[in-house]
Amino acid sequence: MNPDHMIRLTALQMAEELNKTTFTSVELTKAHFDHIRQIDGTAQAGIHAYLHLNEDDALAVAAEVDRLRAAGGADAAALHPLAGVPIAIKDNIVTSQQPTTAASKILEGWMSPYDATVVQKVRDAKLPVLGKTNMDEFAMGSTTEYSAYGVTRNPWDLERAPGGSGGGSASAVGAYMAPLALGSDTGGSIRQPASFTGTVGTKPTYGSVSRYGLIAMASSLDQIGPVARTTADAAALHELIAGHDPKDSTSLITEWNDLASAAQTRDLTGVRIGVLEELQGSGFSEQIQQRFDEALQLLRDAGADVVAIDCPNMSYALPAYYLIVPSEVSSNMARFDGIRFGNRVVPEADSTVKEVMAATRAAGFGDEVKRRIILGTYALSAGYVEEYYGSAQRIRTLVQQDFARAFENVDVLISPTTPTVAVPLGEQVSDPASMYANDVATIPANLAGIPAVSIPGGMAEHDMPMGIQIQAPATRDAVAYRVAGGLEALLEDKWGRPLYQQAPEATTAATAGRQD
Amino acid sequence: MSDITREQLVHLAELAHLDLTEEELDRVSGELDGILKTVERVQEIRTEEVPATSHPVALHNVFRDDVVRGVLEQQQALASAPETESGQFKVPAILDGGSES
Amino acid sequence: MATKQLPSIDEALAAFDPVLGFEVHVELNTATKMFSSAPNGFGEEPNTSVTEVDLGLPGALPVVSFEAVDYGIKLGLALNCSIAETCRFARKHYFYPDLPKNFQTSQFDEPIAFDGWVDVELDDGAIFRVEIERAHLEEDAGKLTHVGGTGRIQGAEHALADYNRSGIPLVEIVTKPIVGAGSRAPELARAYLMTIRDIVRSLDISDARMEHGNLRCDANVSLMPKHADHFGTRTETKNINSMRAVKHAVTYEMQRQAALLAEGKTVTQETRHWHEATRSTTAGRPKSDADDYRYFPEPDLVPIHVDQAWIDRLSAALPEPPHQRRKRLKATWGYSDEEFRDVVSADVMDAIEETIAAGASPAAARKWWMGEIARLANHAHVPIADIGINAEHVAELDGLIQQNIINDTIARQVLGHIVAGEGNPREIVENRSMAVVSDDTALTRAVDAVIEQHPDVVAKIVGGKTQAIGALIGPVMKTTGGLADAGRVRQIIIEKLDLNG
Repeated sequence: MNPDHMIRLTALQMAEELNKTTFTSVELTKAHFDHIRQIDGTAQAGIHAYLHLNEDDALAVAAEVDRLRAAGGADAAALHPLAGVPIAIKDNIVTSQQPTTAASKILEGWMSPYDATVVQKVRDAKLPVLGKTNMDEFAMGSTTEYSAYGVTRNPWDLERAPGGSGGGSASAVGAYMAPLALGSDTGGSIRQPASFTGTVGTKPTYGSVSRYGLIAMASSLDQIGPVARTTADAAALHELIAGHDPKDSTSLITEWNDLASAAQTRDLTGVRIGVLEELQGSGFSEQIQQRFDEALQLLRDAGADVVAIDCPNMSYALPAYYLIVPSEVSSNMARFDGIRFGNRVVPEADSTVKEVMAATRAAGFGDEVKRRIILGTYALSAGYVEEYYGSAQRIRTLVQQDFARAFENVDVLISPTTPTVAVPLGEQVSDPASMYANDVATIPANLAGIPAVSIPGGMAEHDMPMGIQIQAPATRDAVAYRVAGGLEALLEDKWGRPLYQQAPEATTAATAGRQD
Repeated sequence: MSDITREQLVHLAELAHLDLTEEELDRVSGELDGILKTVERVQEIRTEEVPATSHPVALHNVFRDDVVRGVLEQQQALASAPETESGQFKVPAILDGGSES
Repeated sequence: MATKQLPSIDEALAAFDPVLGFEVHVELNTATKMFSSAPNGFGEEPNTSVTEVDLGLPGALPVVSFEAVDYGIKLGLALNCSIAETCRFARKHYFYPDLPKNFQTSQFDEPIAFDGWVDVELDDGAIFRVEIERAHLEEDAGKLTHVGGTGRIQGAEHALADYNRSGIPLVEIVTKPIVGAGSRAPELARAYLMTIRDIVRSLDISDARMEHGNLRCDANVSLMPKHADHFGTRTETKNINSMRAVKHAVTYEMQRQAALLAEGKTVTQETRHWHEATRSTTAGRPKSDADDYRYFPEPDLVPIHVDQAWIDRLSAALPEPPHQRRKRLKATWGYSDEEFRDVVSADVMDAIEETIAAGASPAAARKWWMGEIARLANHAHVPIADIGINAEHVAELDGLIQQNIINDTIARQVLGHIVAGEGNPREIVENRSMAVVSDDTALTRAVDAVIEQHPDVVAKIVGGKTQAIGALIGPVMKTTGGLADAGRVRQIIIEKLDLNG
């Protein structure tokens, strides 16, 4: 099989071919690096999904998998089904032996002395790690334009943003620079980029995947999740990274071994699907609404029971989110002070520690991070904590109650993932408030801790993809995968091929300038 | 809730140990007012009787056994520090005593 | 300030009543830290008892030590507190380089224990009840060393940070305002701190050594005019590092504040630093609105629920309150007031109790611990607990004396050998052949030789000067290396010289 064909397979297909020894993991991994070098480009031109490539280590892991498989016997049989399938990792997930920057200047060159739990799981399962992907600085943003190392561009249109914060992981997967990637989702950072790049992304139930080693943005909302081209691939990666971790006190003791099979069930007969009244119509673009309505019809035709659901407090989710997030951000960002790690800025020779910290943080953080720190400091400071943070936490309860009531009557809730398609680069940076409004459909799941999968729903304005989001009750991630997989199959039958195969071929040959 | 005054903003930046330039202070002040107008909607609904949710999935009593596990080597601990001396992190002069515990 | 004559305590109290308050930090002696599995160690090489959690590295998350919570509840119960059914940790934010995350994970509005009291015994045996507002769990900060200048914070060129102490579990005990102590306020301060120390030691939850920083005390002092209906402005004195110092610090602050108020000046609300060398305090940071800690519930930790079964389990195992225990032991052992007070202040009450439990008499136990062992510890400049002699040693030693295997003189030598690490008393006596010689054959031979060597003495004795027998016993003891039983030697001499007839 030629390298160009290999990289276009799904992750599960790659796993199958590796198992059949159609090609080796070294061949597959090299094919990805070749493709990355060919199209990823730099901050100035190209997609620029990667901040750092991990070639030597990835090829060593691939060679080990090939050797074990060739030797046969118990060791070969014990290999994880995804062993040898390459993966990319968002740069806010710490990795030993390669830099972790969270796309911030303040962490430029930082080497973590430890691996995140998910990275440890990926290493144990022997997936070659291709590299670290670009993102908005500390995951604060919706376009990946707030990276300190330059924007990532959308493979469907290099003039447009790939979404954010996980634009690097979504673009890498969408443009065949990785079959799988890890993302993190605090208010839509996995799902919104998936929607904008025609890929699949899941925000798991809060506590399904360990946060140990995820550089915290808003701890009570953050969740690591899978990024892939198909629902089945996403579910398989979710199973790999999920599970109880004693190092994360918010980690759930729950089994997550039915996700991959659920994604391939196909049968939607009798599934009760709720349509969130608050998350459609006004504010949602015309073509996104059309694609969404068409998807609902497909679901009805397939025997699903589609009903309207009212969640009256949903409109408060956005303001509550934008109080909880900066509050926790202002706290989580406090440790970046240039004392124990990271870069230090000394304004004058005899500066005090206080002056050094303030200068270090001023130089190390970008605009959006500073904005959130100041807003959060305000929201938590004397006299305001109950008014702001307290009220927001109570609204969180109301949103949870809305969902709980809804799930008494339906198995899943469905909505478009975003109100619009990917915006042109530069448009949102000039208007932060519009950026926040873009997350209206994805934020409630984070507030409530429930799982949500975004799958491609078709083409909308400007010949850009749109996404459909399926939300399920907490710990019922399998149910979300079942409906997502079922709908994905119906749509692919209708289109004749998966949406990701309709993306224009990226041909950027810009090769200069990457640090690897 | 009112707009954030310039004085307040300077105080917040100091609390957050963040040197903001005059230009940044101007810009952030305008942006924050906009954001605050959006978020103050949280106070529209009466929520006194509603309990606060700090965690999306309610757990309690998650503990660790009191058993020592691995530590970092001193060299690993210091590896990423901007400056070190005698196995310790070197810190610029501290003029005001302020530790609490 | 130092040169100015301060009013005496009596003068200070002529017009004012003191109001005290204490914040005592107790370092728990768990195996691991509050939120990480790094060892809870002291005095190791800097930055070697740390994990990514203790350094606050990006991505690291805390997990609560069960043992630390258990200890916190025990202490709450011993302080007669209510235990919270549900409590949480919160983040307390302030930037300081000894604080790796620039916030301390502590408990804010939901402490694990609250509303308690403790009875404090003053020097004359009077009991003063101190009300406890709360006891809460939190983590310790790292340690900063100031380099250059005088080594003090002011004028130092830079500081060095060691995070070994970062994350060690603490319980902070906060009293309610203590009124009514009057002139005994300084004495009460010391007695309160000793009571807390005794309680945490009896619970075995802390080493409670002030010199090691296991026990730290901040003292709030204010003066209110007599018969006033509200408290005066208080100061908070930090860095108090001994039982004695807390008494002196309270005395000094009362005098200083009284002088200010007498001159019509006002007391500034501030932290003050205690200086042992000058026995005075100096102004620290003023308390102000800038102390905005921006508390909010720690999102990386989940709430703690304490049910009745948990409380019952710990209540059942609670030791007797220290002052009740002292009362009981004193009566049981039959010590005089003075003897018992000496035992307590020498810090050997526990050792004596264990020694008696191991079989020694109260008198013997006191004799050895207050005598030779105290002397050895004093000589070696170490606390008596660290000299290397335990209750079993002393009881065994006493047993050997009772069995006439050794005498007091030899026992003292044996103690020295224990300190030198030569094992337990029986081993030492055997290995060094120190047993008192009571074998008559050997003794008779020795007596025969001495009689032969000292005919003049023998003549005196036989002539009626029986008190001269001592002059023969001495040489016998000498030839047997002090191991002979002197009583038996005398007996043999009497028999040999036929003095009984």
